[in-house]
Amino acid sequence: MASFFTTRLFFISLALVIIAATLPLYVSGYVLGLLTVAFYFGVFAMAWDLLFGFAGEVNFGPTFLIGVGAYTAGILNAQFGWSVYLCIVLGALASVIAGLVLALPALRVRGPYFGLTTLVAVLMLQNFIVVFADLTGGEIGLTIPDVISIDAGVNYWIALGFMTISAAILYGLSQSPVGLVLQASGQDPVQAGALGFNIVKHKLAAFIVSAFFSGLSGALLVFYFGTASVGTVVDVAVGVNVIVSAVLGGRRTVLGAALGAIFLIVAGEFLRPTGELATFIVSAVALLVVLFFPGGFLGAALSREARS
Amino acid sequence: MRAFQILIDGFAISALYALGATGFTLIFGVSGVLNLSHGAIMVAAAVAAWAAASILNVGTYAGALIGVAVALLAAFATYFAVVKPIQDSRRIPNEEKEIFVLTGTLLWGIMIQELIAYFFTNNAKTVLPIVEGVVDVLGVRTPKNEIFTAIVCCLVIALLWLLVNRTRTGKAVLAASMNPRGVTLLGLELTNIYIVVWAIYGILAGIAGVLLGMFLGVSSYSVGPLTASAFSIVVLGGLGSVSGSLIAAFVVGYLETLTAYLVSPAYRTIPALLLLVFVMYIRPQGLLGRR
Repeated sequence: MASFFTTRLFFISLALVIIAATLPLYVSGYVLGLLTVAFYFGVFAMAWDLLFGFAGEVNFGPTFLIGVGAYTAGILNAQFGWSVYLCIVLGALASVIAGLVLALPALRVRGPYFGLTTLVAVLMLQNFIVVFADLTGGEIGLTIPDVISIDAGVNYWIALGFMTISAAILYGLSQSPVGLVLQASGQDPVQAGALGFNIVKHKLAAFIVSAFFSGLSGALLVFYFGTASVGTVVDVAVGVNVIVSAVLGGRRTVLGAALGAIFLIVAGEFLRPTGELATFIVSAVALLVVLFFPGGFLGAALSREARS
Repeated sequence: MRAFQILIDGFAISALYALGATGFTLIFGVSGVLNLSHGAIMVAAAVAAWAAASILNVGTYAGALIGVAVALLAAFATYFAVVKPIQDSRRIPNEEKEIFVLTGTLLWGIMIQELIAYFFTNNAKTVLPIVEGVVDVLGVRTPKNEIFTAIVCCLVIALLWLLVNRTRTGKAVLAASMNPRGVTLLGLELTNIYIVVWAIYGILAGIAGVLLGMFLGVSSYSVGPLTASAFSIVVLGGLGSVSGSLIAAFVVGYLETLTAYLVSPAYRTIPALLLLVFVMYIRPQGLLGRR
């Protein structure tokens, strides 16, 4: 771990964060708003990568964890008027419980079966939100009275700080002995178990950590938008974006997932003039990366560094 | 009266689901590929049939044929442009190929969906039915098209059964699903078998798509739900088991119809999802699946 602080990756990340922190001084609020969303998305993608890249669990429903956190925080604030920060904490906790619920089938079923269970979880949450429209705002969405701040710069710094801290924790975890055991149990659970590691415990931990960061990020995003809706935090399409971000940036790299998310959101915005073709172009680029650079952005960069 | 209505409507829906899911499960059984562009291929077939019949005025029969042909082409494109490169790639570790195929076909499906939306807009399209009119069945006024849909679905599935169990090619496909390595040792080229399977898949998805377009209508928004329903039917029945998918399709079809008629159309999909979760807990391999 200590050696990490002398690697090139560390200095590049540090430089990027410092440059990013100075952005509010000279770019417009529009760009800041875009990047704020991208940073929260980056945390979604990193949390997903911890589950997939390390624990080997194909989670098709990252938005189940995100949505539970986001909606819990939103409902507590909008319906009961609790303070923003309490709501955010409770949202993250609700998400951890959701993560435990999701972890139960993961310990029983594997591969595509688990993938479908997670997909079903999202569809159930979506149905639940629509059916209990009085509480959740239904398909229109929930309007939230409080926001963290109305200043674009402050929101941007909060998002950047949150992403940096999450990245540090998640990356540190992935490089720690715990991360290695997770990776081993993801690749060959029988052998990892035979070596004496408690796989169940490690996988549960991975789900809890992933759920915590997804939920926290979802809750923060809701208080940034001032609204919670199915289309922004629950829909399967949002989950697809999270997965594509992680694969695009490089799975099993954690940091790459954040890069992928930022790329995806910024690219989507740049392509806005192309109108309806924007999603097509982004998907096509992502498909090409998947086919020709399966390691993703960071995977390709790291392997080149390792070779030289 | 209402019971008969549920019985008839449920049968048509279930038969359609069964047809859509059969090709999906066949590909998984033979090559281990879960094709998440499934919904997009079905919609592409329906929209092509609609465009041919309504814009080019080629007539309903030719339109339906064009729809199936488009699905066949789309299936081949999926295999050669997305699935095969991933399967043959040396840079992707074998144990991760599954997730790459999932991601790749998902992206491919989104691309098809967006192209359809770009050229033909997001509006719902209803393909002109081949047979029109209404007929009285057991006191229920039923569109002839609904009966036609059910008959075609059953016929196609019966043909598929004959093809797989009674022809040499079919037996090779069956063998490949049991033991791919054994098949290659007997001197059969695995790639050829995959091509046959993808061709069968394309035709099945095409017919299902066109019929769906005539029966319920489609739009580019139906892509996700269609893929999800095929996926859940196939998992419920047991991945790779064709007879399991057929049973699961009827279970899901009738469950949805019952809920829609007796409770509320808004809750249509919920019982099926609950059943799916329940089955996964007590029998993770599905109704007729092998582990």
